[in-house]
Amino acid sequence: MTISNENPAVAAGAPPPTKGDVQELIDGVLAAYPAKARKLRSKHVKPNDPSGTDEQCAVKANIKSRPGVMTPRGCAYAGSKGVVWGPVKDMVHLSHGPIGCGQYSWGGRRNYATGTPGIDNFVNFQFTSDFQEKDIVFGGNKKLAKITEEIAGLFPLARGISVQSECPVGLIGDDIEAVAKEQGEALDLPIVPVRCEGFRGVSQSLGHHIANDAIRDFLLGTKEPEVETGPYDVALMGDYNIGGDAWASRRILEDMGLRVIAQWSGDGTMQELASAHRAKLSLLHCYRSMNYICTTLEQEYGIPWEEYNFFGPTKIIESMRRIAEYFDDSIREKTEAAIARYEPYFADVQARYGPRLAGKKVMLLIGGLRPRHTIGAYEDLGMQVIGTGFEFAHKEDYVKTSKELGEAVLIYDDPSSYELEEFTRALKPDLVGAGVKEKYVYHKMGVPFRQMHSWDYSGPYHGVEGFAVFARDMDTTISSPSWDLFTAPWQASQPAPAVAGAGVGSDV
Amino acid sequence: MSEATAGRADSGNLDLRGDALRVLDHNELFGLQEYVQQHAAKRELEAAPSDEEVEATLAWSRGWEYRELNFAREAVVVNPLKACQPLGAVLAALGFAGTLPYVHGSQGCVAYFRSHLSRHFKEPVPAVSSSMTEDAAVFGGQANLIEGVENARALYHPDMIAISTTCMAEVIGDDVGMFVGSAEQAGALPVGFLAPYANTPSFVGSHLTGYDSMLYAILSLLTKDASPDAVVDPAAGSRPRINVLPGFDPYVGNVREISRLLDQLGVDVTVLGDHSDTLDSPADGDYKLYPGGTPLAAVTAAPGAVASLPLQAFSTRRSRQLIRDTWGQPVLDVAPPIGIRNTDAMLMAVAEATGTEIPVEVTAERGRVIDAITDSHPYVHGKRVAVAGDPDLVLGLLSFLLELGAEPTHILCTPGDADFEAAAYELLHASPYGAHATIWTGKDAWHLRSLVLTEPVDLIIGPSYLKGIAREADVPLVRFGFPVFDRHHLHRYPIIGYAGALNLLTWIVNTILDELDRKAPDYGLDIVR
Ligand code: SF4
Ligand code: SF4
Repeated sequence: MTISNENPAVAAGAPPPTKGDVQELIDGVLAAYPAKARKLRSKHVKPNDPSGTDEQCAVKANIKSRPGVMTPRGCAYAGSKGVVWGPVKDMVHLSHGPIGCGQYSWGGRRNYATGTPGIDNFVNFQFTSDFQEKDIVFGGNKKLAKITEEIAGLFPLARGISVQSECPVGLIGDDIEAVAKEQGEALDLPIVPVRCEGFRGVSQSLGHHIANDAIRDFLLGTKEPEVETGPYDVALMGDYNIGGDAWASRRILEDMGLRVIAQWSGDGTMQELASAHRAKLSLLHCYRSMNYICTTLEQEYGIPWEEYNFFGPTKIIESMRRIAEYFDDSIREKTEAAIARYEPYFADVQARYGPRLAGKKVMLLIGGLRPRHTIGAYEDLGMQVIGTGFEFAHKEDYVKTSKELGEAVLIYDDPSSYELEEFTRALKPDLVGAGVKEKYVYHKMGVPFRQMHSWDYSGPYHGVEGFAVFARDMDTTISSPSWDLFTAPWQASQPAPAVAGAGVGSDV
Repeated sequence: MSEATAGRADSGNLDLRGDALRVLDHNELFGLQEYVQQHAAKRELEAAPSDEEVEATLAWSRGWEYRELNFAREAVVVNPLKACQPLGAVLAALGFAGTLPYVHGSQGCVAYFRSHLSRHFKEPVPAVSSSMTEDAAVFGGQANLIEGVENARALYHPDMIAISTTCMAEVIGDDVGMFVGSAEQAGALPVGFLAPYANTPSFVGSHLTGYDSMLYAILSLLTKDASPDAVVDPAAGSRPRINVLPGFDPYVGNVREISRLLDQLGVDVTVLGDHSDTLDSPADGDYKLYPGGTPLAAVTAAPGAVASLPLQAFSTRRSRQLIRDTWGQPVLDVAPPIGIRNTDAMLMAVAEATGTEIPVEVTAERGRVIDAITDSHPYVHGKRVAVAGDPDLVLGLLSFLLELGAEPTHILCTPGDADFEAAAYELLHASPYGAHATIWTGKDAWHLRSLVLTEPVDLIIGPSYLKGIAREADVPLVRFGFPVFDRHHLHRYPIIGYAGALNLLTWIVNTILDELDRKAPDYGLDIVR
């Protein structure tokens, strides 16, 4: 078996790259673009400068992708239906338009939810109006009205319907708002029109915003909690319960003595969307996708909000203490007691996986939160993030990210697949974390890879137990002996894969 | 409260520390008492229906009354088994060497096509988009396409860019053919650069239509000089050559199998749209953007072949017409070669068209598979089977099931049309085992749920999406067709030819045997089956 330090990328004593080195790498990679695209792209990629002003350190973000470059981004519909609305389990989310969009976003995100599928839980369903040519020509309003009736008849326990608009709906000028209003009254069922057509905005991001606004306009504040409210009621926002993330997070909050009266939107319900305004504090995990509604709750209901991070011990403990500051001593005591219980567990996880992962270098490309929020969890295992970037973050996300990382770490916004591949070849990370579109490229290259949108069908990664799963999974992939098989013995003289596996074996 | 449940963490893994650290992931974690309680407490806040209400609704939804209501729906589609046109166009483009799939329209669709195909094939799927946004909705996407092809060429150096369209481009009426001309004028594309394009509106047809449209566009462009009278085969050697059209084929093993089989007949094969190496490339430390595909020169020479053999009919309609009418080449319109008799018929058609003979090796191979079938037949015979999927795959599978003595019962083909229905009925009614089958085109998996819950089956065969129905009906699901997201590597095997029949047989009979063992009483857990 090979030993990990044979890998040049982790060779001890190599001096860390300077900002100049990294800028040179960036310039070299971007040189392949035609002039216009090169000029625009150069504003999106930088060596990190944590000491700089916000103006200096942030890359340009939330700007149109260049055509033809193979962006990792999706569209507003993906941000609305796929991220924010889709996990709300007791509503039917109609992909309104042609067949495709809903088909490809059916069941891939792993928003876990309790309940009986098809009866009071519709998360793993693909409801679509399957537009045909006549719907495009004559409009889809009649069809939409009929659809709402059929849903009410066949799914009587559905608490509402959201209409997720696909591109054609906005282009043919259908008045889905009018249909939603009329049918909502006729059927006595909340029907929420959402204008998340994929051509709006530049990525999933505007879809998050549109989805938040639709909740604000149609549901927020329309119901009271099912229980008598109390001083320790909080809303858990921006957790989509991928592989059970929100459940693991909720457990921490409960251990602190808090009560989660609304969970948005993983394993969420219409009732929780409508009654979150009675919480005393909004706790926001995915800032990028739900800051809008937290701001609304603050402005309209005076509910403060606090961002937190439940990836890895350092951030979990730090977040718990920060949240506890909003409450009285009883909560602070429970929080400390919980931390005291977690600490030996964290230590065990670190003792087990830390030695196997220490010094490993990671590159990330994920949505709008994790390229920043998982940095601490990697560091808790002794790993180092040497390059990170988002599909659809905004400038403020990059400002926050910059502070989390050391000097000269490579930061890329909306990199094309070409860029990410070239950066990986140059920086030789031990692990790449990105999405399914990227995953298999790195398998060919021989670079250990984890899918960081769906947790590669594992999880949870949030919370106390989630850290153990996270550590186990990173170890499983980095330590897999399979990376040592790439070169046939008779090819020994040929170049080894871009990055060899650590080859220390896995005991999982 | 017992000691074990007094502290919240007691039954959780927080206390299983030290050497005993056990990492529980979602598969077990949420079964712990703390989480069961958490979920119950959360339900109080959800304004959830009562357990009785859920039970009653569930029971009703499984009955005949609901089935009738369900089949009466006209507008809403629930869990359909079809996809949209450009997905098929991307797959068709991936069948050609050095070809970059380019989808003109909004970018979200392309992210979806790539992830959807990657989840099935477990392979990288390169494709680019025009990334059209609101301004393009107003002014059209010409500027996007021009910059897009320029960027794509600079970064990805394709030999051919195969352009399809999303709904957005279709609804606003973008003229892609004209835009390609403008791109040439603007210098973004060298004059004469290979840029076939197909209009692939998703509100018409399905992924099968889109596959065909792109294949047609590529074949017509690369063979535009072909004429029915002047066909010569520059590659002609001593062996006859035929073209094979795989169609929208989820099995990368199929192309390799047909080439192997026909090689035994002494026939050379040009695959028109060979995505087998593109979507099943070696992991050797070096990522190649274009690891396979039919060489473009081979396409240009394709009109000189003796005949064309489509392995699918419904995803090659226009393409077959082009071959027959424009190239003047015979098209061997055989049933998809899935199962024994279909493979027999395919081989005889090829042998006849090419003047070759079926060698004894092939007959022996056939015999070995027949032997396997006779070994397994008792477990498959009389089994009631629900089948769902794309039309050609379903027709082929039905034929094989009838050969095994299984009884196809409910047949669902969401993208199926009247031709499919006619072909399926003809096949089924010719066999006593198919006499009771019903065929459902244009219907979806929520219809299928009603069917299998009211008229039970022993087995379901179809894509991964059916796993929930299979669990509810308490019958096993044999993964088959597209997409198969949740079982690994099935798509790397062939399902066509005799070797493919053996694979299908193995999957089906062993699934039945696993289920038999799982449900067997202790005394019936036979060691020999
Ligand atoms: S917008 Fe149209 S082309 Fe795009 S995924 Fe949806 S159905 Fe397919
Ligand atoms: S974590 Fe990232 S990918 Fe997930 S919802 Fe937030 S922004 Fe999207």
